[in-house]
Amino acid sequence: MTDPIKFYPPKPEKVYFFGTCLIDLFYPDAGMAGIQLLEREGIEVLYPEDQTCCGQPAFTSGYHDDARAVARSQLDLFPENWPIVVPSGSCGGMMRKHYPGLFKDTPDDVRAAEVAGRVWELTDFLLNVCHIKLKDLGEPATVAMHTSCTARREMGVAAVGPALLNQLENVELVEQIRAEECCGFGGTFAIRHPEISGAMVSEKVDALVDTGAKDFVTTDCGCLMNIDGFAGKNQKPIKGQHILSFLWQRTDAGSQNSPVNASEKGDKQ
Amino acid sequence: MSSKDTILQRLRNRSGGEITAPDCDFSVLRRPDWSTGEKLDLFQKMIESVHGEVHRTTESEWVGVLAGLLQSRGARTMLVSPVQKIGLALKEAANSRDDLPDLLLYDEAIEQWQEELFTTVDVGITSTRGAIAETGSLILWPSADEPRLMSLVPPFHVAVLYASELYATFHEAMQAQRWHESMPTNALLVSGPSKTADIEQTLVYGVHGPKELIVLVIE
Amino acid sequence: MNTTAEQSPHQIDVKEFHPRARAALGDPQIRKNFRNAMNGLMSKRTAAFEGWDVETLRDLGANVRMRALANLPDLLEQLEQKLTENGVRVHWAVDADEACRIVRDICVARDAKSVIKGKSMVSEEMELNHYLHEQGIEALESDLGEYIVQLAEETPSHIIMPAIHKNTDEISKLLHEKTGTDLSHDANYLTASARLQMREKFMNADVGVSGVNFAVAETGTLCLVENEGNGRMTTTVPPCHIAVTGIEKVVPNLEDVTALLALLTRSATGQHITTYFNMISGPRKTDELDGPEEVHLVLVDNGRSTIYQDDQLLDTLRCIRCGACMNHCPVYTRVGGHTYGTTYPGPIGKILMPHLIGLDEGRHLPSASSLCGACGEVCPVKIPIPDLLVRLRQEAVDGDRLHPGKVKGHGAKRSSVEAMIWKGWGLMHAKPALYRFGTGIAAKFRKLQPGKIGGWTQYRTAPALAPKTLHQRMKERQQ
Repeated sequence: MTDPIKFYPPKPEKVYFFGTCLIDLFYPDAGMAGIQLLEREGIEVLYPEDQTCCGQPAFTSGYHDDARAVARSQLDLFPENWPIVVPSGSCGGMMRKHYPGLFKDTPDDVRAAEVAGRVWELTDFLLNVCHIKLKDLGEPATVAMHTSCTARREMGVAAVGPALLNQLENVELVEQIRAEECCGFGGTFAIRHPEISGAMVSEKVDALVDTGAKDFVTTDCGCLMNIDGFAGKNQKPIKGQHILSFLWQRTDAGSQNSPVNASEKGDKQ
Repeated sequence: MSSKDTILQRLRNRSGGEITAPDCDFSVLRRPDWSTGEKLDLFQKMIESVHGEVHRTTESEWVGVLAGLLQSRGARTMLVSPVQKIGLALKEAANSRDDLPDLLLYDEAIEQWQEELFTTVDVGITSTRGAIAETGSLILWPSADEPRLMSLVPPFHVAVLYASELYATFHEAMQAQRWHESMPTNALLVSGPSKTADIEQTLVYGVHGPKELIVLVIE
Repeated sequence: MNTTAEQSPHQIDVKEFHPRARAALGDPQIRKNFRNAMNGLMSKRTAAFEGWDVETLRDLGANVRMRALANLPDLLEQLEQKLTENGVRVHWAVDADEACRIVRDICVARDAKSVIKGKSMVSEEMELNHYLHEQGIEALESDLGEYIVQLAEETPSHIIMPAIHKNTDEISKLLHEKTGTDLSHDANYLTASARLQMREKFMNADVGVSGVNFAVAETGTLCLVENEGNGRMTTTVPPCHIAVTGIEKVVPNLEDVTALLALLTRSATGQHITTYFNMISGPRKTDELDGPEEVHLVLVDNGRSTIYQDDQLLDTLRCIRCGACMNHCPVYTRVGGHTYGTTYPGPIGKILMPHLIGLDEGRHLPSASSLCGACGEVCPVKIPIPDLLVRLRQEAVDGDRLHPGKVKGHGAKRSSVEAMIWKGWGLMHAKPALYRFGTGIAAKFRKLQPGKIGGWTQYRTAPALAPKTLHQRMKERQQ
């Protein structure tokens, strides 16, 4: 019954990139950063045009027929045996951990399990498949890592973000108290139980502020908009970025003229 | 149909079909082959961490050690088994020393003298059936000779443990002593004096069971 | 549930979860009490498992429980047979009401007027104390935490530490008011007063009622963990002992207990073992001088055989009632046990109670979770709690035509509005061209994005739509 030990594939020539709907709509820079990081490692990134969403919002709400319909429309997008990299612990977890169960007792069960088996969270893939070595080009900075619950518990990548950040020699990584505690996003939980979610994110923001860092990074856009949104509304001195944006900015020569620790602003263009 | 039949039928006719029973590998509970000395050290450390008191002594000296301990606590009455080895040894010793508490024999059904037990007895002394080092636990095996309340009601409980009967783990003790063959009315593991943390997680010793547990280890 | 004239502390509208949550969140005392308590319990658990291969131990726990569940009906019969051979009288109760009646009948047959109770969550599930009181039988709690809760006329807020929601000051005032003790912040003094009061009760009680942590079929043995000694008192002093247990608590072999005990105490309170581990296999034998002359076991179903039917929901029955799930739950820590309004609070409560009270009454329970998974990570028997919560959410809205709802009250939370929203969402996201079109429009008209989005913007600024979607940028890139 123990979760199987991860067997990473050898570094491939190509990967499929599943951007996720939140990145598509709200944080496309993070998506681009992920693609560019992969390309810099010499990997050809295939971006299936017909990708939409992994189906998780309906799934966790109990509307499994609708979740399945959306998920099914994604199953055919990855026909060849290349890894599927996902810049999100949450969507990665949905596909890797929950697709098999969602399609059990359907004609798509084998296909779904096969796709699920090829899904990797992007920072995990960069570190443990590409064996990325990051060269820090940025100014000294202090940053905190927020590991999402799905990244931690579904994708098992809690050590990855810190490992990558620690490769950046001018970046000091600080840790907030109760780092493993949920930020309160939980998808529709934030809408269905706003007060409890609000109490959770409030304490998470305080914990981040208490580290002294002005910035945090995360693999998950849901957490990002949750924590950033609360901090913004309540004028707390902490702002967030997707870790992929941060890593690209720190290590890409062409990005050095942009503000180093700028948080994701949708209007930046 | 009786309730029993209703329940069993529902369980037997489950819609999910048969459930596969997984194998159970208990080896994760195993501990290294510790020596008696190591087991005793660990046992002592564990039980002392929860306010158990351990005195290492010998077959010839334990009565004297006990007398000293009980005198310093001002214990006046001690409940002993009339037929078990410890009780017999104490009865004998009481003939030649005056520093022991008054001995009371547990030889009547509790209904005859419950009030007296609850209000006048300071110490209950019992044998043990060995102990478990990993958790600092005494194995008590009450019987007609050594009734259950001896180790429960009096505020002081003294337990006599033979070091040679120390086991590393509960699993080991249970297997070695073949418990599954025959269980007494009441078997127990006792791992310290009674306690509670129900008042704002503040640890308080001495609740409904004994306030103090003294273990005499005979080496 | 019993319908009785006098108000039971259990009489609560479970559906009113939100107002209770709001009240608890706004109560600094509750927040502080629970935060401190849970922090302590979490770190104690971590310390207790140091040096252990915890994952392998949890695997063993899960396997031991599954092996028991796989053979549940046979094991229950074996348990009954062995206990009967040992002189214990075994009773079966289909539901909580029947279980209460069985206890009452035993009391009435013995002309019993006073019952002393060891801690038993199943007896809380039965609302036994209230029932007995209505029958003119006094039932007094002897566990200090349960005693405090009983004096306050409340229900337990945690399955292991019933009075965890109260601090010393509150307890001192309560004991002073109800039992005449001095106002004091000295926990030793307060405990000593309770000890004195309780001793008289132990001596004079007609019947002792206890729970059961593990019931062993092989030897006909009932196992109980405790620290205070009240459990031993309850099961040894009164002339009659009645043990109540859920039917799922049986295990095949004595050996199984060693694994479960190692997990239970460390997961619950971070103790390597409780002060007492009590193993009872029968009433007083003819030559013995103490112990009850009569011992009874009441096997309570109360919805468990229904949970048992389903392969996924079955995992709920592995539970050994350690409380680790609620200790680690960020929701429980903030709202406390009473917010749930149910016998069992926290994560285990959310997956168990819908089967007992139905998804209509329990409609808010499965959704009151961010699915963070902290509970599943610490469960000693590896119950996949988040998966079960998602399953119950599906049941609550009848959201899966391939797997029609089975749980009592399924579909209670389905609203045609929400179903339509998800249908529309599904249609858009399953049609890539439509999705690209829709999201393209949203990006273009992002300035028209509403500033207020319900519960979200109450606490946060709304996320900003990007001027171009990733799809659009990738398309441009390819050109």
